[in-house]
Amino acid sequence: MSESRFLPNFEPIAPFSRLTDSGILDSGESPMSDDAVLEALRYMMLTRVFDDKATSMQRQGRFGTFSSVRGQEASVVGAASALDPTKDWIVPQYREFPALIRHGYPIENFALYFMGNPKGGTIPPNVNMLPMQISLAAQIPQATGLAWGLKMQGGDGVVITFFGDGASSEGDFHESLNLAGIMKAPVIFFLQNNGWAISTPRENQTAARSFAERAIGYGVEGVMVDGNDLLAVHEVTKQAVAKARAGRGPTLIESVTYRTGAHNTADDPTRYIDQQELEKWQQKDPVERIKNYLRSRGIWNENLEQELLDSCAAQIDAAMEIARNTPLATSDALFDHVYAEPPQRMLDQKRDWANRNGDAR
Amino acid sequence: MIEAIRECLGQEMEADNRVVVIGEDVGVLGGVFRATDGLQARFGKERVVDMPLAEGVIVGSGIGLAMSGLRPVIELQFLGFGHQAFHQIGQQVARLRYRSQGRHALPLVIRSPFGGGVRTPELHSDAFEAFYTHTPGLKVVAPATAYDAKGLLAAAMESDDPVLYLEPLKGYRLTKDEVPDERYTVPLGKLRVAREGADVTLIAWSAAVNVAERAAEELSEQGISVEVLDLRSLNPLDIVGISESVAKTGRVAILHEAPLTGGFGGELVATIQQECFYSLEAPIIRISAPDTPYPLGGVEDLYIPDVDRVVAEVVALAKASA
Repeated sequence: MSESRFLPNFEPIAPFSRLTDSGILDSGESPMSDDAVLEALRYMMLTRVFDDKATSMQRQGRFGTFSSVRGQEASVVGAASALDPTKDWIVPQYREFPALIRHGYPIENFALYFMGNPKGGTIPPNVNMLPMQISLAAQIPQATGLAWGLKMQGGDGVVITFFGDGASSEGDFHESLNLAGIMKAPVIFFLQNNGWAISTPRENQTAARSFAERAIGYGVEGVMVDGNDLLAVHEVTKQAVAKARAGRGPTLIESVTYRTGAHNTADDPTRYIDQQELEKWQQKDPVERIKNYLRSRGIWNENLEQELLDSCAAQIDAAMEIARNTPLATSDALFDHVYAEPPQRMLDQKRDWANRNGDAR
Repeated sequence: MIEAIRECLGQEMEADNRVVVIGEDVGVLGGVFRATDGLQARFGKERVVDMPLAEGVIVGSGIGLAMSGLRPVIELQFLGFGHQAFHQIGQQVARLRYRSQGRHALPLVIRSPFGGGVRTPELHSDAFEAFYTHTPGLKVVAPATAYDAKGLLAAAMESDDPVLYLEPLKGYRLTKDEVPDERYTVPLGKLRVAREGADVTLIAWSAAVNVAERAAEELSEQGISVEVLDLRSLNPLDIVGISESVAKTGRVAILHEAPLTGGFGGELVATIQQECFYSLEAPIIRISAPDTPYPLGGVEDLYIPDVDRVVAEVVALAKASA
């Protein structure tokens, strides 16, 4: 109504997609080469192998509480595959295993972290990432500042930060989009709307019809993408990366997907998840969907699948072996790296703790 | 003192183009207390940045700036607004070096005025230092003199550890002392003997040092010789310096603006009784605000310990025996 003093309701937008649920590409050209799709699929399968292995180890008491990527593999890998690890940065939450591994974070470090060894937090010097973030949304301002700082120093690196629909209710999300818009920071806010924040459904996070449209309020571009469609996620993220690299500012990407696993290994989703809805999303499994796409291209078969699975399993087993053989942390791990120049009192404590715990020195 | 802070920021920005200043009203206005006056004109809008009013993202983006290779100095307009950024300061700034196993250094300084006595509106004047001294990974300094304000700020900016640099609201214009023109540093973690004495050790920091010195002057007229320690730095804490003084006097009073319970004075009492038990001739006393919220300006003089109260309590301490 033209005479209304109130802003109009936005028309609901549909997520951008390239593949049908059964993996058939639309009439356009694929944004990824077959080799690139195969590489991406391998990361998706690697993630599934890791998640299964880690979950079974957790049940045996050999692995800590952790969050699997199940159901969101295309979302995470599609985004990561649009990045250049030599200059782009990942500022993760905690459900982005394949993105971190592709960027160069060792699998054994990831495993050690969830086995409770602080050494797992070690980020190799050439790997452009921040530690995983457990405090929801706290990484988003950091990603914004990092992107702004890279730009200020004349670099063309881009920062992507991952978080969920739940985290987008935190003030840090809103403050960050606002600042990024002002500074035209080269940052991509990659919001994985997986339907759930532990047991809190998406409806309880916002009355907005999409998370993507929240960008408008901050003068930032938003886009909604089918998060179970590897090609669509890759395409949208690649465009956002190119835009940020060219100095045209941030993008909020809402990747619509579904957490078909538990929130983490301590969670029991049967208490709150609707079984029918879960089954509906399981039908849209992102791994099967991209395999179907490759089948339609005539480059997928049982042999190739087995070959890839075997190589993924070997890679995960080797990493887990390294993690298992890593000596348990001594009490020094409580103290090392807290300060550049530690206070004497903490150094005294470090010595006392070591003596009490019988470290050889 | 405010001039000393401003001069230091200018000199450091001149010497190192990685230094950037971000905060609310720090640009054109030069900060509500003028600590950054003229810096934007000298160094440009890229390096002296007026931020949107959101403390969480001011500190949080400062972390990102530091990780990108810059050396940010963040102005929190009042420490009372620090709670809006507390999750970024306590859980993020202070831990990221540790959480990344040393990969990410955080050479950032958070400057913030704190403490009362200047009739501010509500929620501007609390002395919240103890929240931050209970945050491993974060260094906390609180200069009392203009000389130390400049030298400690330079040291904080030089440090690869994050530093919370607390400025006495009351001392900004009141505190005047000689400040050399050239650049110098005052080491983090070394106290200053503000006044030598033999009978009682009176420990203070920031604006309370001035109160302590004036009380010591009055007490000397009553024949009580008070040694005033200006801690300058709460973390690292100069335990050796404190112990040397207590060994000499055997009597200790701790003076702070913050409420008693959970205040940093409690930490000092525990440390001194452990380090100096056999030197003590009387129980250690704490002279502080009551355990109540910081009041409106009309009654703040009743809240913050003043010279008369310090004199009375120290006279009693000088007579007390263990």
